[in-house]
Amino acid sequence: MSETYLPAGMPAPVPSADGLDVPYWEGTRRGELWVQQCGSCGNWQWGPEWLCHKCTSFEIKWVQVEGSGVIYSWERPWHPVHPALKGRGAYTVVLVELPQAGNIRMIGNLLGPDDQEVVIGGEVEAVFEAHDDADTPYTLVQWRPKT
Amino acid sequence: MTRNEFVGFGEVVSGASDFVAKCLGRGAPMSARSIRGKVAIAGIGESTYYKHGQSPDAELVLLLQAILRAAEDAGIEPHEIDGFASYSNDRNDPSRIAAALGIPDLRFSNMHWGGGGGGVAAAVANGAAAVAEGYADCVVVFRALAQGQFRRFGQGAPDPTVSGDAAYMSPYGVMSPSQKYAMRATRFMHDYGVHRDVLKAIAMTSYQHAQNNPRAVMHGRPLDAETYDDSRWIVEPVNRLFDCCQENDGAAALILVSAERAKDLKQKPVYLLGAAQGSDHRCGAPVMNASNFRSSSFATVAPRLYQTAGVTAADIDVLQSYENFTTGVMMAVVEHGFCAPEECNEFFTLENLAAPDGKMPLNTSGGNLAECYMHGLGLQLEAVRQLRGQSCNQVEGAKLAMNIAGPMVTPVSSLIMGSEETL
Repeated sequence: MSETYLPAGMPAPVPSADGLDVPYWEGTRRGELWVQQCGSCGNWQWGPEWLCHKCTSFEIKWVQVEGSGVIYSWERPWHPVHPALKGRGAYTVVLVELPQAGNIRMIGNLLGPDDQEVVIGGEVEAVFEAHDDADTPYTLVQWRPKT
Repeated sequence: MTRNEFVGFGEVVSGASDFVAKCLGRGAPMSARSIRGKVAIAGIGESTYYKHGQSPDAELVLLLQAILRAAEDAGIEPHEIDGFASYSNDRNDPSRIAAALGIPDLRFSNMHWGGGGGGVAAAVANGAAAVAEGYADCVVVFRALAQGQFRRFGQGAPDPTVSGDAAYMSPYGVMSPSQKYAMRATRFMHDYGVHRDVLKAIAMTSYQHAQNNPRAVMHGRPLDAETYDDSRWIVEPVNRLFDCCQENDGAAALILVSAERAKDLKQKPVYLLGAAQGSDHRCGAPVMNASNFRSSSFATVAPRLYQTAGVTAADIDVLQSYENFTTGVMMAVVEHGFCAPEECNEFFTLENLAAPDGKMPLNTSGGNLAECYMHGLGLQLEAVRQLRGQSCNQVEGAKLAMNIAGPMVTPVSSLIMGSEETL
């Protein structure tokens, strides 16, 4: 049983049925962060799309990037809205910008004490949290303050 | 356009004077194709408003009550209704309603895309467009919500697996609207140094107004500063309990007719002066990647509203601004040019916002926070009351009213109504 930030029983992510984001989810299983970049104009984009929003080219590439970022915004939900969260207490969510990939943004939990101070602009690094016991195993990209 | 230009557009919010200038429509004459003055709101009606789960009547019954009361208010026969417009995937479709009411000729049925309450002003505008262009003569705009009888908005979906946008949010505990929109507000308040007293003032304003409104679910339940401050966090650092809208059972309806027809009906006509809907660059980009993120989605919509109505923010007498969360009110009011983002701490005070004497009376029925979460349609009805002189918190001589619909979602919408002397 692996250690996870939120309790077991949370909704499990699965790749979309049309296959759009399969490379992302396969990458997380290997402990790698893969995002989209336009093969025509070089524009970075997230979440996954079928074409480049800047030049409308369908030549979208999947590119592995370094798992580091900067906290753009944050929140700490206290009120549980899912049965799995009852009794968990407050947890921290961060919206992280990736400067190395055109400042695209990703969501994850900020690992560490539940009452830790969160600093907008603070540097964080990715942690790959495996959920091997799930019906269809998956890995979440989480974040922790850079030491 | 390049991404850089759009990033620059996001900066519009920080360039307060430019932004206000844009809202004031300087150098942008009113469009010749404006809806201004062509259509009037002739009737309003609502069911009794209940806490969620407490309605003794089915959702459709609540809706039929609201429609019949609106028809009676207007002084028209229910069989004269020939069109319907709604939003947010309302469960009650026009064919079902028309059959129940025995409507002989259903001529217009319209659903505005988008979840949440962002579409309420757009639904009024869509119905008005149908009347203006002759597709229908008497259109009902409606919303019915019996959240006790169906799934509640504030709870996560029970699905064991999620894909698409939800796959990047739900597993991290970001499921409810309060959780999805707190990120925008946190960054906005951080960047502009906004104090939490702003949010408290917005919440207390709604509760104060509800104490004079017998329709309000929170009538007889005033909110003081200490109770607000002591209330539990829903989502830190922006949403305490009283910053979040209620969830209710109820229904509301309003009736649109041509300006000519309205003159012969029972009530003093209230005219639609302008409306706008939409959202700016990639507002709906997945995983919170909207270009202009610290926003309520009105950056391009608000300037278009003023342009089509031919009035400015300074002309508005009373303001109804949808409270999903107090933060949404704050950002939407800023984006409509009532104050610069840096001026929030001074602008949003109970003294400024409370009717009848505040500088900009806000949510004078108690709104979604304290009257009823009618997905914003209750706020439209309240604007009509203000311009008729029938509000429980009447702003003396109110001639121009603005309604801002569900901030932070996409698409959003807003509109301006006026009394006859504003035409």
